[in-house]
Order: sequence, then C-alpha cells, then structure tokens
Amino acid sequence: MSSKPLKQIHLAAHFPGVNNTTVWSDPAAGSQIDFSSFVHLARTAERAKFDFLFLAEGLRLREQNGEIYDLDVVGRPDTFTVLAALAAVTDRLGLAGTINSTFNEPYEVARQFASLDHLSAGRAAWNVVTSWDAFTGENFRRGGFLAQEDRYERARQFLNATWELFDSWRGNEIVADKESGVFLRDPNPGRFDHHVGEFDISGRFDVPRSPQGRPVIFQAGDSEAGREFAASAADAIFTRHGTLEAGRAFYGDVKGRLARYGRSPDELKILPGVTFVLGETDAEAQERALVIRRQQVSGQTAIKLLEQLWNRDLSAYDPDGPLPEVDPLVGEHTVAQGRASVRMHRDPLTVASEWRALADAKKLSIRDLIVEVTGRQSFIGTPAHVAEQLNEFVQTDASDGFILVPHLTPGGLDEFADRVVPLLQERGVFRTEYAGETLRDHLGLAPLSVRAAAAS
Amino acid sequence: MPESPQPDAPLPDERGLLHLAVALDGAGWHPAAWREHDARPEELFTARYWADLVAEAERGLLDLVTIEDSLSLQSAHPFEPDERTDQVRGRLDAVLIAARIAPLTRHIGLVPTAVVTHTEPFHLSKAIATLDYVSNGRAGIRVKVSGRADEFAHFGRREAPRVSAEDFDSPSGQAALEELFGEAEDYVEVLRRLWDSWEDDAEIRDVATGRFIDRKKLHYIDFEGSRFSVRGPSITPRPPQGQPVVAALAHRGEPYRLVGRSGDLGFVTPHDSEHARQLVAEIRAAQAAAGRADETVHIFGDLVVFLDEDPGAAADCKARLDRKAGAALTSDAAVFTGTPAELADLLQEWQRAGLTGFRLRPGTLPYDLEQITRGLVPELQRRGIFRTAYEASTLRGLLGLPRPANRYAAGAVDATAALV
Repeated sequence: MSSKPLKQIHLAAHFPGVNNTTVWSDPAAGSQIDFSSFVHLARTAERAKFDFLFLAEGLRLREQNGEIYDLDVVGRPDTFTVLAALAAVTDRLGLAGTINSTFNEPYEVARQFASLDHLSAGRAAWNVVTSWDAFTGENFRRGGFLAQEDRYERARQFLNATWELFDSWRGNEIVADKESGVFLRDPNPGRFDHHVGEFDISGRFDVPRSPQGRPVIFQAGDSEAGREFAASAADAIFTRHGTLEAGRAFYGDVKGRLARYGRSPDELKILPGVTFVLGETDAEAQERALVIRRQQVSGQTAIKLLEQLWNRDLSAYDPDGPLPEVDPLVGEHTVAQGRASVRMHRDPLTVASEWRALADAKKLSIRDLIVEVTGRQSFIGTPAHVAEQLNEFVQTDASDGFILVPHLTPGGLDEFADRVVPLLQERGVFRTEYAGETLRDHLGLAPLSVRAAAAS
Repeated sequence: MPESPQPDAPLPDERGLLHLAVALDGAGWHPAAWREHDARPEELFTARYWADLVAEAERGLLDLVTIEDSLSLQSAHPFEPDERTDQVRGRLDAVLIAARIAPLTRHIGLVPTAVVTHTEPFHLSKAIATLDYVSNGRAGIRVKVSGRADEFAHFGRREAPRVSAEDFDSPSGQAALEELFGEAEDYVEVLRRLWDSWEDDAEIRDVATGRFIDRKKLHYIDFEGSRFSVRGPSITPRPPQGQPVVAALAHRGEPYRLVGRSGDLGFVTPHDSEHARQLVAEIRAAQAAAGRADETVHIFGDLVVFLDEDPGAAADCKARLDRKAGAALTSDAAVFTGTPAELADLLQEWQRAGLTGFRLRPGTLPYDLEQITRGLVPELQRRGIFRTAYEASTLRGLLGLPRPANRYAAGAVDATAALV
C-alpha cells in the first residue's frame, strides 16, 4: 500500500443518447421520452449515491443523405424542463444539462439556471457547448452560423455575461421583515452592465442569488482551445479519453494549466464518458459485449456509419459483404449533418486504407468491420474486475471519476448500481452516503463566494 | 349598439358548470400581501412554497393554476423598473416552477407564463411539450408580449418600441402593438406546428428494417414569417395532449384577436357583467373571423379576490394592506372583497354574460387561496355549478377540449387511436 491517501471516485449517469450507443431493439429497451424513464435512471443514480445525472442536447434532428436519420433513437425532452421535474423526485443527485451558447441569450439562460438551482436546492450544473452550424441555426430566429475558431470565444463571452448576472445578487439582499415592511435591503439589486463582444446588455437581473451561487460549470471537448477554456472557467471536464495512457496524458496536461489561472488541481474534475458491460465471468462479459455491439451496429447502421467516412451514398452495398472498392470522397462533408462525430474523422483516405487492411486480414464484412472499429465498450468484465479497473484509472490520475453511458434506457445502470458500486464502497473509494447537499459538495468544490466568482 | 356577430360556439359548459383557475404570483396580488401573518416571503424562492400552493389548488379541484412571469424585476411602475424596497422583488422562471410541481400533482393543469418577445419559439415549444410529458398531459402556456425598454436592454438585440401606455391609441402606438402581437401570433403558430411536427405513431422501432422512426411521419414546419423562420421538426415527440393549451391575457383588440385566432383560453378583465358581455362578443367575433367558430375557445374573467367567511373581514383585510402599502390597490382586473357566497353570486352573474370560467388572483397567499378552495368551491358545488371530482386526467380534458388531429397527418384522421 502506498501512503498516498485514496482518491474518492466521482460517478455520474448519462441519460442514453440519440446515437447508436443506445440500443432500442432490445426487448428491455424502454421509452426515451416518457418521464418515467428519466425518473428510473435518476433514482437509480441517487440510490447508488452518484454525483449527478447528465443530459446531452442536440437542437436539430440529424440528417444523412438529405433525410432525417431514422436508424437511431430519436427524440428527447427540453433539458431545463426535465431537470426541474427530476428535482421533485430526487433529493441529492446533481442535475447537469447541456445548454448551447449559440442559440440562447445570457439573460434567459442565467435565469433558467438560477431557477433550477433554487428549485433543486443547489444541484444544478451547466455543460456549456457552442454550436457552429447553420444547419441547426435554421431552427432559431437568430440563426447561428459561427466559424469554428470563434466557438470558444463565443462560449467565454457568453459565460462571462451569465456570471455577471449570477453575481449581480450577492445573496444578502432579501430581508423580508414583515414588521418593518422592509423586503429588500438594497433598492437596486441585480444591476448589471455588460458590453463585451457581441453582448451589449444592461439592466437588472430578476432571480436572487441561488444556493450554489451559479451552476457547476462543465466543459466538453479536447481541443487546445477547449482545454484552456476548461482550465480557466470550468469545474469539470467531460472527456472521451478511454485508455489509461491517453487519460493520464490529458489529465496531466489540463491539471497543469490550472495554476496559470490561480486555481488548484482539485478545482477541476476530469470525468471521461465511459461504457461498461458486466458478466459473471470475464468471458461471459466479453460475449455480452459483442452481442451489444452487434445490436448497436445493425446492417443498416453499418452502411450509414461507413457513409460518414466515405462521404458517399453507399446504400447499394451489402453490409454482410466486403468494403466498397471506391475511395471516400474527399472535401466538404455533405452526407451527414447535425453530428459532432463527423468532423472528427481525420484524413478519410488513410482511415479507409487502414480499414481495408484490417478487413482483409480478419476477413471482415462491412458490419463486422464497423463493429470492430467503432465504439467498443470501455470496461468489460466481472463487477470485481470493472471496479478494479475504474479504481486504477482514478488512483493513477487518468481521471477523477466517470460519466457512465448505459446502452439501455432506462434500466442500463441498474446492474452497475447493484453490483459495482458496493465494491467501490468496500474499497473506501466511493461514498456510502451523501456528505453534503449541493452538487458542489458532492464534487468536493468549495462554496463559491461572490468575490471569488467575480474575479474569475 | 348593434349586436356583434355571435358564432355558434360552445359558450358556458352545457351542464352549466364553470371552470376555475387560480393565478399564482409571489405572496399574492396585493403588494403588501407578503406582510400578512401567514405569508411566507422568505420561502418564495423554494420549491416547497410553490408545491404547497399548487397542492392546495388541486385539493380544491381547480382546472388549472397559472404562474406569472416576466423578464424583469417586479415594479410598481408598469413600464419601467423602480427602486422600492417594501415589496416583493425577484422571481423564478415560471416554466421551471411548473415542471418542478408537475410530478407532485396528478390532475391540475399547469399554465406558466412565458414572454414571447425575446425568446425562441423552438425552445419554448419543446419546453411546454416536455412539461406535458412530465405532467402526463396537464401543460399549457400563457404567452405574453413585452414592450418594456428595460426588457429589450436585458437582451440587447433590438430597439424597444418607443411607446408609452398613454400612446397606445396613437398611430405609432397602434403600430407597435400590431408588431408585438403579430410576432406573438407567428410565435404561437410555430409552437403549434412544432407540437404537430411528429405524428403520434412516428416511432416504429422496426427491428426488421433497423428503423426507429418512420421519417415520413416527421415534418419540417418551414415557417417563414417577416420576423423569423423556423425549419423543424421539433426534437421532442408530439406531447401527450397533442396540443398543450395556449392562453393569453387580453385587454385590447390586438390580444383579443390573438385569442380568437390562436388561443384555447383567453383571460379578460371585465368591470361588470355588461362589460364581460362586450369582451366575450369581441373575442367570439375574432374567433369567427378566423374560421374557428366551431372550436372551443374559453374566456375566463380575471378577478383579484379578498375573501372571508365573516362579512366585512375581507374588506378590512384589504384596507389593512392598503394602509401598509401606502396606497389603495390598483389593478387591471376588478377587485372583489366579500364572502365566498357573495363571490359565487358574482361569478354566476358574469357566467350568464358568456364567460366560461374565471381566473381568480388571490389578494394574499395562502389565505385567499384557501378561501377559494375551502369556501368558494364548496359553495359553487352546492349550487351545482362546479365539479365534485376531477373528471379527466389532462388539462384539455378538464376544459372539454378534444385531443386534436395532427395537422400533418395524412387524411387528418382522429389520431387518438394511433397513439403508441
């Protein structure tokens, strides 16, 4: 045993998303929109003493080949509204929502988050994202095209504007003394005056300071600009680094940036989004994992995912046959819209030749290949083995915890809560009861003073 | 005066029942209400406060509660902020309060207020659809315009119309109102199209073809107006009620037209039964002109109420509060003080003028709310004009509104049977 004290793991539940990680063809798959599904996952997470529930967002239905994409789960609720409702059926669980800074205005977002924080008694968190696409902008009166390089500047300006609003009430204004008739100590609370970049706003904010002062701030994204933004302003990062080595490199890099902003390494939690498959034995877990992968990648889905790299209509190809002989179309991506992943393919010709080599070597069909090269589960094994791997990740500074992405709605977290969490608790690396009331408490973040908030 | 054209619309409930709503705002509608002995001013920003109020309203079998909201601090001045320290200031987002209350209630309709002048119809559409999901079909939305310069400055996107209340009837005032309410009408059109942008049976989960949805049953709404355009479809499937209830408070011709053309429920502020009759005629005419004569559009009369079983006690209460506030209460709506039985008399008289229900604004909370649920409601039940149990599980059901067919569905057949 090293003398270093054990780090405490932070755990969160990601509501299954509108992508092919979420399996809808399984008989156990329930509704992605009925409130009962959200209640089930939230209560499971709270029963297991998780830090928070996380909701993603996408403001336009995805399209491929000029048509609405129909192979994945489609349809989700409004983030703020469902989180406010979940505050009624949970007591301690943090409630984290992804809210876009391109298609909203600071005054409205600030009052929604401040309201959510009041209505949940201090459990709100905001994953700040910034869209770049005019495609999504077609749903909004303000449109929304933003050059990709301007995204973090927009996010920073938006966040700064909302922080000025959150801090415009200091928390001591309301007296509400019936005898004297003094409701407000200050005749002018909520005053703000913000004229930076594209935000030219002034007046008086109308929501008194909320229990956490402002929502916990999440940042998702690995780019250089994203890392710097997180180091300067975020309380947690939602990352995608699935291996120990990549995780440690990212962790070291980002934590190393905090000092420049006068922050300590503990003030930013690094939480990769991960998937898991459990089994009675490791071999059984591997078998289950493969079954799930083939549920996630139907023949039709395999063709569509291949099209996203090939940037061509491949609907004539047989998913159980070999890869296309034509090469990917290089240039502007025209096949798929509304997906973050599409932009992430590096040089398509190189990837295609790697995939061809792999398919030849292992005699893989299109579907087999896609199963092989996409979205493999992060942790596969017995509950004991998975608990051990998770703990190793955290104790060796590859992360501070995990955002778990179940593949089934709404029961995909049940087994983890029942079988893995107790093992982490036995090891003394995960809470057995909530020690605090707010999400900041759960994440080990100090309460925010008005002064500290204003300075950052 | 010549008779206004009276469309053959269902007016008061054919069983003679009236509908009852309560408007919740802060500590009540009197500016000094927060100083009453049972007021809870230090809890105005907690979920429990709102949960308790709505639970009380539901015990009284009310159709719905509305929750006030605006995008600025409350003010004693109608069009600009003030610096008073003796009245409630600060509020929470009404849609989120409604969502927070929804899982704690079973029957009562939840109708938050939303300002449409500065917000995105795409966001509000999915928010109210989601409120409908989390309440199992009890959502509505009261749309409200904002012409206040301070609210425009909070958003910093465009210039406020330079019109004060006194100028509303001038040509420039008229133009400004036409613009604000025209935008509201476009906004409601977008809400409604987005709610219908998924057909009820769009989700098919067809394993054989690998398709989760039948994309032919999802629809671009392609709204293009002079102020904004929205492509669609919604990201949220069609809500349980199909179309959540759309309401508006109306004091003038422009909002009467909005209610007549786009609304399910209008709140009006008559001073007496003759005035009520005129307002009803004006909205019914707008409804007929919009080709909606055969649809149910409710018109509720708004009243600020101070109630007490003891004759004179309610008036004493209001007088006491007026003294504390330093001025008599003024309101856009008529102010009633009296016993529940006297209020029941008034409501029956106004009901005969064509109002289908009432939205009561309690002078103080929780006292006047409890007088409504425990005094007025039993009185109305004794007179046989109010429900004795909830007869429906959705807000549309309570209001006698059918679940509408989807405008985009082929053949526009009754979609109820197709609900997955």
